Amino acid sequence: MLDPSGILFWPEAGLMAVADLHLEKGSAAAKRGGLVPPWDSRLTLDRLLPRIRAFQPKTLVALGDSFHDRGGPARLPAAEADRLRRIAAQMRLIWVLGNHDPVPPEGLPGEAMQELHMGPLSFRHESRGRTPPRSGEAAEICGHHHPKARIATRGGTVSRPCFIGTEQRLILPAFGCYTGGLDVLHPAIAALFPRGGRAFLLGADRLFSFALAEIRRQAA
Amino acid sequence: MPPRRSAQTVPPSLDAAARTEGTIGTDAAAAPEDRPGEPPEAAASVAASAGSADSIGTNDAARPTRIPGGKRKSPAGKGAAADRPRARVTHKAEPGSIEATPSSRRTPVSRPASKDRAASGKTKAVPRKPENAAGTGDRAPPSGVLLPPRFASWFAGRGWRPRPHQLSVLETAQSGADVLLVAPTGGGKTLAGFLPSLVELAETGERGRLHTLYVSPLKALATDIARNLLDPVGEMALGLRVETRTGDTPADRRARQRAHPPEILLTTPESLLLLLSRPDAAEAFAGLSRIVIDEVHALAGIKRGDQLSLCLARLRLLAPEARRIGLSATVAWPDSLRAFVGTPEQPATLIEAPRGTPPALSMMLPEAHVPWSGRMGLAGASVILRRIEQADTTIVFVNTRAQSELLFAALWRINENTLPIALHHGSLDIEQRRRVEAAMARGTRGEGRDRLRAVIATSSLDLGIDWGGVDQVIQVGAPKGVSRLLQRIGRANHRMDEASNAVLVPANRFEVLECQAAIAGVEAMELDGEHPRPGGLDVLAQHILLMAASAPFTADALFDEVRLAAPYAALSRRDFDDTLGFVEDGGYALHAYERYRKLFRDSAGLIQIRGERVARQARMNAGTIVEAPVLKVRMGGPRGFTLGEIEESFANALRPGDAFLFAGRKLCFQRLRETVVEVSEGGPGDPVVPTYAGSKYPLTSGLAARVRRMLHDPSAWSAYPEPVREWLELQRERSLLPGPDDLLVEVFPRHGRFFLVAYCFEGRNAHQTLGMLLTRRLSRDGAAPLGFVATDYALALWCANPPGDIPLLFAPDMLGDDLEDWMAESSMLRRTFRNVAVIAGLIERQHPGQTGTRRQVTINSDLIYDVLRRHQPDHVLLRATRAEASGGLTDVDRLADMLVRVQDHIRVARLSRVSPLAIPVMLDIGREFVRNEADEDALLAETEALLAEAKGEAEPSTEELVLAPGHAQELRRLTRTPGGRERGRDRARERRRRTIPGGGRGLPA
Repeated sequence: MLDPSGILFWPEAGLMAVADLHLEKGSAAAKRGGLVPPWDSRLTLDRLLPRIRAFQPKTLVALGDSFHDRGGPARLPAAEADRLRRIAAQMRLIWVLGNHDPVPPEGLPGEAMQELHMGPLSFRHESRGRTPPRSGEAAEICGHHHPKARIATRGGTVSRPCFIGTEQRLILPAFGCYTGGLDVLHPAIAALFPRGGRAFLLGADRLFSFALAEIRRQAA
Repeated sequence: MPPRRSAQTVPPSLDAAARTEGTIGTDAAAAPEDRPGEPPEAAASVAASAGSADSIGTNDAARPTRIPGGKRKSPAGKGAAADRPRARVTHKAEPGSIEATPSSRRTPVSRPASKDRAASGKTKAVPRKPENAAGTGDRAPPSGVLLPPRFASWFAGRGWRPRPHQLSVLETAQSGADVLLVAPTGGGKTLAGFLPSLVELAETGERGRLHTLYVSPLKALATDIARNLLDPVGEMALGLRVETRTGDTPADRRARQRAHPPEILLTTPESLLLLLSRPDAAEAFAGLSRIVIDEVHALAGIKRGDQLSLCLARLRLLAPEARRIGLSATVAWPDSLRAFVGTPEQPATLIEAPRGTPPALSMMLPEAHVPWSGRMGLAGASVILRRIEQADTTIVFVNTRAQSELLFAALWRINENTLPIALHHGSLDIEQRRRVEAAMARGTRGEGRDRLRAVIATSSLDLGIDWGGVDQVIQVGAPKGVSRLLQRIGRANHRMDEASNAVLVPANRFEVLECQAAIAGVEAMELDGEHPRPGGLDVLAQHILLMAASAPFTADALFDEVRLAAPYAALSRRDFDDTLGFVEDGGYALHAYERYRKLFRDSAGLIQIRGERVARQARMNAGTIVEAPVLKVRMGGPRGFTLGEIEESFANALRPGDAFLFAGRKLCFQRLRETVVEVSEGGPGDPVVPTYAGSKYPLTSGLAARVRRMLHDPSAWSAYPEPVREWLELQRERSLLPGPDDLLVEVFPRHGRFFLVAYCFEGRNAHQTLGMLLTRRLSRDGAAPLGFVATDYALALWCANPPGDIPLLFAPDMLGDDLEDWMAESSMLRRTFRNVAVIAGLIERQHPGQTGTRRQVTINSDLIYDVLRRHQPDHVLLRATRAEASGGLTDVDRLADMLVRVQDHIRVARLSRVSPLAIPVMLDIGREFVRNEADEDALLAETEALLAEAKGEAEPSTEELVLAPGHAQELRRLTRTPGGRERGRDRARERRRRTIPGGGRGLPA
């Protein structure tokens, strides 16, 4: 089940997945000289916690790039770290590792792993692409690309973060509050869906569904 | 004061002679530093001469473009009455003009165009007593002052005499005062600016020290001036070095300039800033004697001007002896420019050259009929072509790049005599622009294909050009302002005894009124334009960091320094301190970034930069020109040639095989490779036209007031063409004509909706803001507004229910909470914030060509805006954003003025059907859709349903779930849509949510 906040919830397994939190991206930018406002981790968690309360998952999977860089966990403000600890106390917290955070977050609870396999599903940061799926895997759930899509409407183009998926593959939108997006027509994403797919754009209280082919056709 | 060295020659009018190869402008009236693709400037060794630009201007530029439909016959013969001059504005030339000496009187046509102009020397200096001159500001005209003998004999040898305003500038400058010279194009302005320097340098013979700094808004202008100074300096073997320093200057020459400074350095504001940010700035500029600032009017009042003024303030400290000479076209606010060139305390002395012969202005209508709406003016193509045929060389000015492409194509469709007509706008490849300019400069001297008869241009040709051969200017579409129109007319050179010839071609009926008002405005010389606003805090932030990169400072000293800059004269200490605080550590309430400080204070209280890395980063991001990301358009594969640039957002909307119109060609999109759009010629179907952000100017308030007055006064209607007169008569019959201070609001039903049309004449930006605010108010009143459209002249809203008390609706108190709410959510504010954040150094520039995968990692300014607004609403960058938007994109200032003005002057006409005056704006509905952000979801839902319906699919989903409380609110913030309070259907939707539509099958559920 896809939630218009950009979260995946699997009721049977009690599993909630969220991608690309990019916590402490603000301070990472500050380190490099871009003094952007520092409250991004707080805001990201502000948005995540109500969804956790709503779905009451048994397992929370962060699909990689949960921290913007390796130093992120150390820079996380104490209040935010406490909130993560409280989450971990209530459920199984799994850090799937991503390219931004290739090592487990130090000082924070939760299990870290490259991939999580559960039933027919694999949870990983970046799609395997054309590599054949591992045996027994029916579909993969991943993040990494921060998909967004643009729809030409009567009133101009509307751009929104989106899920994009087929029966074998689902990419979640980035959940972090400082994360940008990559258009689903960009080759990096489009190449993962050679036979088309469907994008679900996040709305205020529902998703909007468009076939990839439609997006491509009406982009012009 | 006899010169010690041999006399040197200078051309009598640098800014005439300089332009023989043409100069470059962009639509932003700016040549950004490091703009890719621009050729390196002429160095001392380059001997590029006039007319040596070899390529044939008409070759690429004027190739006819095939458009579906092929060649069409000109509808000549029909409606021959189209070409009727409506007004002729002719002023007598100032008496006492200085005539050129006989030797200069050759047949103008046979002479090089530029010299022709310079020799005509018909201007007269009128040093005007400034009303509130302070200190040195007040000087008598030069009486017996003459040039040093060598200069005088040089002038005489060329058959020229110095013009009075040139001598006046020389005398005033020598007295130690700063000077603002206001002169029309071709008035020998640039020579006047350099004369004091050249005389001094000839007299003292001092070399090896930077004596004069010249700053121009256009890189190409600096290059051309350098080239034209070189000739005389080289001929006379003066040993005087004239060099340019721009973003194109290679590193080795920069190093050489540091070790051995030239006597005269020509640069741009951005390069000057970089020079001042160097640790050796104090040393480099210590001996500076003179600063010449060209095209001051084009810089003051915009952010580049803010930046330059701060640099000038720094130079005031580094070189207290250096005097300034500002060169400007005629402006509405000369006193602001005087303070800009001098200081707020001691403004520059104003010297005005007499105006040239006033232009002959007329209006010309399309042949068939006067269109009701539309802004492209394509209906006028055939009359425009006829005017081009009748003149030697014409510049056809349009308002947007898209319009230039469309008009170019429309003209070539009917151009049966294949008159060489070229295209010029700021997104075209620089080489192509240069070729066009060179061909224009050759003017009537050109032969065959070498000779260009017309160029379609945007504001890319507003600045810096002075072409002798151009004898006609055509403005297609509304001029939008008197000063702007004058500037454009001034691009046409004219012979001494003839007025320059300009024709206005309105694109629709309201534009007929506007053109007529503009003609009257030119006649009355009622200059308009924005009054310079206070300097931006974002520019100040950038400046502070770069000054710290140069040398440590104390806060007090820097505060005093920046207030020497006119735009910052009234800067409050709080704004300064907050800006400084932002530069130091972001200025966030909790000082979360203590360890990432860019500046620190040492034990002596001096503020220092944290390290060379910070300084380097600051220099890399210097400048105030923020451009939308663009991609190069390349034809003929990897080894093909570049046509120019289109905005990335437009390129992203293209798919292979799509046809679009660019650079005067119909192109077929092939693929996007890295940062290059690869195209081929041709393509199927009707082409689309690239559009560019921010290319529309709103109507000035002065011109709007004139339109209102003329609308009200039937006796003025005789000037209008028949169809327009009939239109207004009909309006008087069926509805009302508002008085000059009235606001007419019409209410009528149509198609089951209730329309409300307000004729405010305050420009599109202000109308959009008003539309947003009225929508809020109407929905509170239960009128259920459905949408609105804003033009420069009117605003139309439509509602499901009849609107109530109209005067109450327009009460000025709407500028309270509603405005605050809307401003916070407005996309205008977000756009403004992005520029502010980039200039202030909060986010790094998105360099053109940055790939998509990289961009997803950079932090989106919208997200920062939301975070900042929530956690620190009074942050200095948000204050800077609001200040900027209130005068710019939202035009709240102008809206406020109007609401106060029309109080008790609102005239309501409740009609049973649409009124004649309302037709144009009604036709714009659908064409000019203004999106209320709350409607984004509705638009998505509608599109989704339409697509599903079209494909015969069922509704994507029928299953509904109960939504967890608090969720909708949270998501609404995420998706940037303001609360759904106004809309019942939103409230209903809040309670439900759809699960994955059918496409999600295969997913766990």
